[in-house]
Amino acid sequence: MSGLHAWANVFGIMVAALSIAAGLIWVERRLLALWQDRYGPNRVGPFGLLQVMADTLKILTKEDWVPPFADRGVFILAPAVIMATVLLSFAVIPVAPGVVISNLNIGLLFFLGMSSLGVYSVVLAGWSSDNKYALLGGMRAAAQMLSYEVFMGLSIMGTVLLAGTFNLGQIVEAQRNLWFVVPQFAGFLLFLVAGLAETRRIPFDLPEAEGELVAGYHSEYSGMKFGMFFVGEYLGVTLISALISVLFFGGWLGPLLPPILWFLIKTFCFIGLFILVRAALPRPRFDQLMAFGWKVMLPLALLNLLITAAVVLARS
Amino acid sequence: MLSLLKGIWSVFLHSFHRRVTVQYPDQKPYMPPRYRGRIILSRDPDGGERCVACYLCSVACPVDCIALQATEDSEGRRYPKFFRINFSRCIFCGYCEEACPTYAIQLTPDFEMGEYNRKNLVYEKDDLLIDGPGKYPGYNFWRVAGAQIGGKRKGEAEREQPPTDLRSLMP
Repeated sequence: MSGLHAWANVFGIMVAALSIAAGLIWVERRLLALWQDRYGPNRVGPFGLLQVMADTLKILTKEDWVPPFADRGVFILAPAVIMATVLLSFAVIPVAPGVVISNLNIGLLFFLGMSSLGVYSVVLAGWSSDNKYALLGGMRAAAQMLSYEVFMGLSIMGTVLLAGTFNLGQIVEAQRNLWFVVPQFAGFLLFLVAGLAETRRIPFDLPEAEGELVAGYHSEYSGMKFGMFFVGEYLGVTLISALISVLFFGGWLGPLLPPILWFLIKTFCFIGLFILVRAALPRPRFDQLMAFGWKVMLPLALLNLLITAAVVLARS
Repeated sequence: MLSLLKGIWSVFLHSFHRRVTVQYPDQKPYMPPRYRGRIILSRDPDGGERCVACYLCSVACPVDCIALQATEDSEGRRYPKFFRINFSRCIFCGYCEEACPTYAIQLTPDFEMGEYNRKNLVYEKDDLLIDGPGKYPGYNFWRVAGAQIGGKRKGEAEREQPPTDLRSLMP
């Protein structure tokens, strides 16, 4: 890959990911409104599309407030961590043939590692805020993300077994005949649930549970620092949706349309699903969440992996 | 688990439901004629002010937002020298309209009174007085009241007998 091509990929994917994540603020509000028989933001610009601009301008002009009791350095660092880890994960996402920042052999493991590092952002934010609600939110986030990461890794091992590689590009290529969602339907469902938990979105948004914890780990954040958490969450949604389409729905593969368009269509379908789930489901209790993760999802993931391994072994 | 899926599906079906939002500034809602909105002072069909400055509205007002000063013109008609409603206090309860003996003060279905400057919410008589009779066309207080004013002596009002001449009352 030539130098220019690589730079184009880096900036193209970063700008695309960031603008999609920012645009999702509008998309989510419009879709939630649609499902609640409302209109949502439709005043600023055509269909309210400039709402994102208005929100950004507002959030940029807000006071950048660090509470005097907070651990200043960590407090400022925490929102940057979430952006950095999620954006780094985008490095291994194959958007189309040749459009990938880093064609890593261990792309999937890199993603898992980065999403584990993302926990630090939330925990450090909760810790450095020196606020009991923020701390409780951070603790919840740590426990939740650790327990859901366990079977997140296991749920995608089925596809790895079928494709025989950790390289995401090659995983896509292995789905030329059949999307992995068919043989790995259980794995798809498990990964969907784990992805929801990883992005801390509504059925799993206990770390910020506004009913109990004010705003959880980002209670003390305002202005653009809060904006970073906000956009980081949407980046996470985009990332998980992109990964679902890469791992289970054949990534860029599809007839007629250009590969990059297929990738985007599939990704947006899953973003829509994420928002639909948010519109429909309530938040469970924390012990229910943990019990569900460890007692239901983890055994299912192990079972799925075991059966897939047996099938692969029997076939070879 | 099945109930969760059912819930998600039924929420999805809402994509095809009609939206209930009233697109307010573009699409004005229907306001019933008796809606209690912006307060006005009406005039009688002859164009004179209906208000006789009796202070009843001011007394009835639970938040004391109405201030006025009575005076009298050369014909003996009472009218308010100034009439001031502070809409930043007004709670639009309509007690002033109920208290008014001459249908002068009325509440209208207009509610779009937003202001950037708080002082602009204090309405003077010029702002309150309208040209028409409001909700009660054809009513003229001075024509039915027994009070004597310039151009109308006692007994000349509608459905009123001339006063009895006490001196002609012979046994």
